[in-house]
Amino acid sequence: MNKAEYTLREFYEMDELADRRSPVHRFSALSKLAVTVVYLFVVVSFDRYDLTGVLAMALYPYLLFAMSGLTFGMCIHKMRYILPLLIFAGIFNPFLDRNVWFVIGSVSVSKGWLSLAVLIVKAVCTVSAVFLLIGTTKIDAICGALRRIHVPSMLVTLILLTYRYMSVLTEEVAVMTDAYHLRAPRQKGIDVSAWGSFLGQLILRSMDRARELYASMLLRGYTGEFPAEKQKGDSRSLIHALVWCSVFLLLRFVPVIRIIGTLVTGGKV
Amino acid sequence: MHMADALLSPPVAATMAAASAVTAGYCVNTVRKENTAEKIPVMAVSAALVFAGQMINYTIPGTGSSGHICGGMLLSALLGPQAGFLSMITVLTIQCLFFADGGLMALGANIWNMAFYGCFVGYYFFWRPIVRGKIFGSLSVPLRITLAAVLGSVISLQLGALSVVLETTLSGITELPFGAFAGLMLPIHLAIGLVEGLVTAAILVFVYHARPELLMDVQDAGKGGAFSLKQTIAILAAVTVLIGGGLSLYASSNPDGLEWALFGNAEEGYAENMGLNEDNYGSTSAVADGAAGIQEATSFLPDYAFKGNDSALGTTVSGIVGSGIVALCAFGIARLVRTKEKEA
Repeated sequence: MNKAEYTLREFYEMDELADRRSPVHRFSALSKLAVTVVYLFVVVSFDRYDLTGVLAMALYPYLLFAMSGLTFGMCIHKMRYILPLLIFAGIFNPFLDRNVWFVIGSVSVSKGWLSLAVLIVKAVCTVSAVFLLIGTTKIDAICGALRRIHVPSMLVTLILLTYRYMSVLTEEVAVMTDAYHLRAPRQKGIDVSAWGSFLGQLILRSMDRARELYASMLLRGYTGEFPAEKQKGDSRSLIHALVWCSVFLLLRFVPVIRIIGTLVTGGKV
Repeated sequence: MHMADALLSPPVAATMAAASAVTAGYCVNTVRKENTAEKIPVMAVSAALVFAGQMINYTIPGTGSSGHICGGMLLSALLGPQAGFLSMITVLTIQCLFFADGGLMALGANIWNMAFYGCFVGYYFFWRPIVRGKIFGSLSVPLRITLAAVLGSVISLQLGALSVVLETTLSGITELPFGAFAGLMLPIHLAIGLVEGLVTAAILVFVYHARPELLMDVQDAGKGGAFSLKQTIAILAAVTVLIGGGLSLYASSNPDGLEWALFGNAEEGYAENMGLNEDNYGSTSAVADGAAGIQEATSFLPDYAFKGNDSALGTTVSGIVGSGIVALCAFGIARLVRTKEKEA
C-alpha cells in the first residue's frame, strides 16, 4: 500500500467513525468544538513539572473514549506526525535540566525527565481530544459550527470543497504512483527526470476539473456559499459543555490528585 | 515542521492565532474583491492538489532519501499570495483535524510558519521580483522560475524553522538554548528547503511550458511592472540590514572554524589545536607592524563591536555597518568593471 492509499484509508476510517452513533456523537458540533478548545488551552497551561495536574486531565479523553465507543488504540498511530519535532524539542531536557527530582538508591533522576514526561502526556491528551472531536463529528457539522462563530463563509466553503476534493485527488495520486512503480519497480520515489511532469500533468488536469466543477455548481444553483449543516442548540449539548469546562477549570486550579492522595495517606491537605 | 499543541504555551499560541487570523481576514477581503465564486473551486482544487501532491516522494539523486513539494510556494505561484494563503489554511486545518499533523491550538502558529512565509515572503520577495523584474531580464523564464522557486522555498522554510524555534523557546518547553536549537533546526531545513524548492521548480517549469497562463506574473516576465530596479535594490538592502543587524545578535562568541583550528579556545576549556598565540601570530616585520597600526587606528568596530563596548547594540550596529561597507565595495567594483568593459 503506498502513502496515498494509506492516507485515503485514514480518511475513510475517520468518516466511518463520525457516522457511528453514541451519546457523544449526538452532542452539537459547537459544544464539542468549544469543549475541545478549552481543554487544549487548559492542558498546555500546566507547568512543565506538574505531572499530577496533567495526568488528572486525562480524565476527559478516558471518559469520552468510553462514552463514544472509540478506543485509544485507534488514535495512537496519529502521534507519528508530531512525534519527531516533539522528541527533538524534549529529548535534551533530561541532559540539560540536572536538578534532582528524586533519588532511587544511589541513582538520582533529574527534573528533565519529569518535564519530558509532562510533554509526552500533554501531547497524548491533546491528540486524543482532537481525535475525539473529529471521530464523533462530521466535517459538515464542524463547518456549520465554524459558521456559527462567524468564521468567514469563504473559508468554510473552501474547507468543505477541499475536503471533498482531497479524496478524489489523493485517489488519483495513488493510482499514478502505483502505475509508476509497476513500471519502475526498484525505484524508491519519482525519478528526477519525471519530477516536473508527474505532478505537473495532474495540475493541468485539476485546473480543467476546477472549471468544470464551477460550471456544474452554477447549474445546481451555487450562489457563492456552500450550504453548511445548520444545527440547533440543545440543552444536553449545553450541559455537556458547561460541565466539562467547569471540570477542566477545577482540575486546573485545585490540585485534586494531590488532595486525594494526601487524604488517603493521612497527611495534611 | 508541524507543531504539536504540547510545544506551545497558551500566550504564544494565542498570539500566533491572532496574527494568522488577521492575515486570513486581509486575504478573505482581498479575494472577495476578485471574482470569488469562480475562484473558490480553483482554490479548493489547488489546495487538494497540494495535499495529494505531498504524498508523492521524489527521489533525490545520489542519496537514499526523498523529498516532496513546497505547498506555499506552489500555491502562491498558481493563485497569488492571498488566495494561496487561504488554500494553505485549509490544507493545514484538514491535516490537523484528520491526521493530527499539527495541533488544533497550534494551528495559528503552523499557519504562520508554513503558509505565511511560503505565500507572502516567497511571492513578494522572490517570485514576483525574479519573474517580473527587469533586473533578471537576461535570464530565460524557466531559469527565473527555478531561481524564484528555489530561493523562495529555502528562505521561507528557514524563516518557518526559525519561528518554530522561537515559539518553542518562548513557550519554555525545551531546555535547549535558542542558539543550539536554531543550530540544529536550520541546517536540516536548509537541505529540506533546497530539495522542496527544486521539486517545486521542476513542476512550475513543466506548467510554464504546457500552460503559461496558469502561472502568476509569467505573462509580464521581464516587463518590470511593480518591481523596478530601485525597489529590488531597496528590498535587498532591507534583507541585508535584517540579516546583518538582526542575526548578528545571535552570532557565536566562540571562534570561527579557522580561528579555532589555529588558536583553539583554551579559555573555554577546549583543545588548543595548533596552539598558536592569537596576539603574537603572524610574521613580524616593519611593514606588518605598520599595517597593524593602521588597522588599529581605522577599525572603529574592532571584533565587530564598538571600541571598549561588547554590548549587543554594538554587535548589531557592526553587522549593519559591515554589510553596508561590503555592499558599497561590491557596488564600486561592479561599476569599475562595467566602465572598463565600455572602454574596451
